Amino acid sequence: MSDRLGWLTLFLLGCYHGLNPGMGWLFAVGLGFQDRSRMAVLRAIVPLALGHLVSVALIVLVAIYAAAALPHRAVHFAAAGILIGFGIYRLVRARHIRWVGMRVGFWGLTLWGFLMSSAHGAGLMLLPFVVAGRTNAASGMAMPMPGFQAAHRALYTGWLMVGVHTLGYVLTATAIALFVYSKIGVRFLRTGWVNLDLVWAAALILTGLIALVT
Amino acid sequence: MQLLKPDPTFYASPKDAIKAPPETVAYVALLSATANGVPDRLAVVDTDSTSQRYAQTIGSVALPKIGDEVHHFGWNACSAALCPFSPHPHVERRYLIVPGLRSSRIHIIDTKPDPSQPRIVRVIEPEELIKRTGYTRPHTVHCGPDAIYISALGNADGDGPGGIFMMDCDTFDIIGPWEKDRGSQYLAYDFWWHLNRDVMITSEWGTPKMIEDGLNPEMLLAGKYGHHLHFWDLKSRRQKQSIDLGAEQQMVLELRPSHDPNNEWGFAGVVVSLKDLSSSIWLWHRENGEWTATKVIEIPAEPADPEHLPDLLKGFAAVPPLLSDIDLSVDDRYLYASCWGTGEMRQYDVSDPFNPKLIGSVRIGGIVKRTPHPAKPAEPLAGGPQMVEISRDGRRVYFTNSLYRAWDDQFYPDGVGNWMVKLNVGDDGKIAFDEKFFVEFDPAYRVHQVRLQGGDASSDSYCFS
Repeated sequence: MSDRLGWLTLFLLGCYHGLNPGMGWLFAVGLGFQDRSRMAVLRAIVPLALGHLVSVALIVLVAIYAAAALPHRAVHFAAAGILIGFGIYRLVRARHIRWVGMRVGFWGLTLWGFLMSSAHGAGLMLLPFVVAGRTNAASGMAMPMPGFQAAHRALYTGWLMVGVHTLGYVLTATAIALFVYSKIGVRFLRTGWVNLDLVWAAALILTGLIALVT
Repeated sequence: MQLLKPDPTFYASPKDAIKAPPETVAYVALLSATANGVPDRLAVVDTDSTSQRYAQTIGSVALPKIGDEVHHFGWNACSAALCPFSPHPHVERRYLIVPGLRSSRIHIIDTKPDPSQPRIVRVIEPEELIKRTGYTRPHTVHCGPDAIYISALGNADGDGPGGIFMMDCDTFDIIGPWEKDRGSQYLAYDFWWHLNRDVMITSEWGTPKMIEDGLNPEMLLAGKYGHHLHFWDLKSRRQKQSIDLGAEQQMVLELRPSHDPNNEWGFAGVVVSLKDLSSSIWLWHRENGEWTATKVIEIPAEPADPEHLPDLLKGFAAVPPLLSDIDLSVDDRYLYASCWGTGEMRQYDVSDPFNPKLIGSVRIGGIVKRTPHPAKPAEPLAGGPQMVEISRDGRRVYFTNSLYRAWDDQFYPDGVGNWMVKLNVGDDGKIAFDEKFFVEFDPAYRVHQVRLQGGDASSDSYCFS
């Protein structure tokens, strides 16, 4: 994968999460309708994005340290296994996060965003990037150097990956939330809300399989 | 099974839900007419007016044991699945959760693939319910944002406190009791919520011991039945406020909050006032952050010859309306009130909820009047308007006639009957009996709650307006 394509993919994955009504924008719209305020929509996006960022960052950080400490083959297969396993789990067990409460503050909304993203396995799709980055010295995501410097570099790249991903999430979620709030309302959801979680689960499995054979 | 698109019966707002297509079947709870008779049933009645078998029972399923006393029931999932804080709209509205009010046994009944041939897929025994919750006598079922919520009248000994427990909406396992701090609440009956405000409201009937052997006149006259409304924080599960409607207001039953999530008001029905045997409907609403309740409707008792009254009422020379159920149309415009004693179904225009206007009334049955149905004008009817259900578009109103077996026998000692009828609501809002819809069930059964295919006016909650 070329460098530029890699970053673009990360960004688009963020957009995909931003697109999913169950990952935040719908909550922002709901809060906006309740307070009858566009500002309320925008205000909600910040903690939602923060929750998403933390969820994704945790996975990336764990992956970076695992990649630094463990043999490459082990990490590679573990990552593929996790993707396939989690994807299958999401396919067969459609459990949703138990959450009650519309009246939530900043941290409540952050926690909500974190839980939703984590249950979705949002950060898992970044695993192949972290793992691939370790061997791909030509890539901007590369982490070829041994020792302290390498770990430092990897962390820097990791955060950049999380940042680019979250940027995709924020831009998409904000755009859709504002459009739905101001223009079209939520009526389209009952027919237009494709089960993106199901698609995501299938994509995780597919990515895991590709990682296995490459 | 996950769906690729949301269940087509879910609507984000009440405004959308009133555009739903008409129901083609209704599910009806049939309880054995005698205590140790036949097993109860869930019957399927054809409500498609173009069908050959319109107003006939086209299927049913018998419960596995006798003595359940089926009463209220509800769906596994509903429009609340589109709520933004708990989005999971790719589940199916498919299973009916059918508790036995007397047995405390809970049945999970699958209405697919053939809606006319429901099948029992799981039975939760009373021992399991007691072990997990301490509660018994499960009553109201509501599909909530995070679980199925079910109210219960009491504990294993038949005493209080009653309360609410939760059921996992995917596995149907009983999770446990809902309350973290019930405060002053002891009696239980109905509940519903203002989802967007994180508020739950609960009402009060009596403990199992106070109701299962019939209405206890001493307890009633002493004002021992429920007369409070409780307001809870849905998130922290704590009682926040309790309103005493006055000890003379006996039995606060059905709760009907506005379907519009931006509103913070709703109606509560009170069965009988000790002062004058009237029934009343109260409006709860929020004022400066505090909940208050205002009596907005009073339905008087009707004078009657003691000769025509059951023993319980002879001394009063009057027949009380015994308001047993109320139902609010999805557009929050019309409130229907079942006067089970006088045999009257009333229709109020509640466009201004503080000033309801009585705009319609039909008579059928009644302790004294025994008004027949227009389809069979020569047949006097026992029982009266009771469980009432409104279609989502507000054009059809169905109701049945049994209250609760032990109480039926006190107020209709010569038999309560077993019928279900339907009103059509005209463009102008006027109500009239559908003369083609008069269902008389097998006399081995009595008839309680009706649920309409795809949802109805008391099944779904919405988070958008």
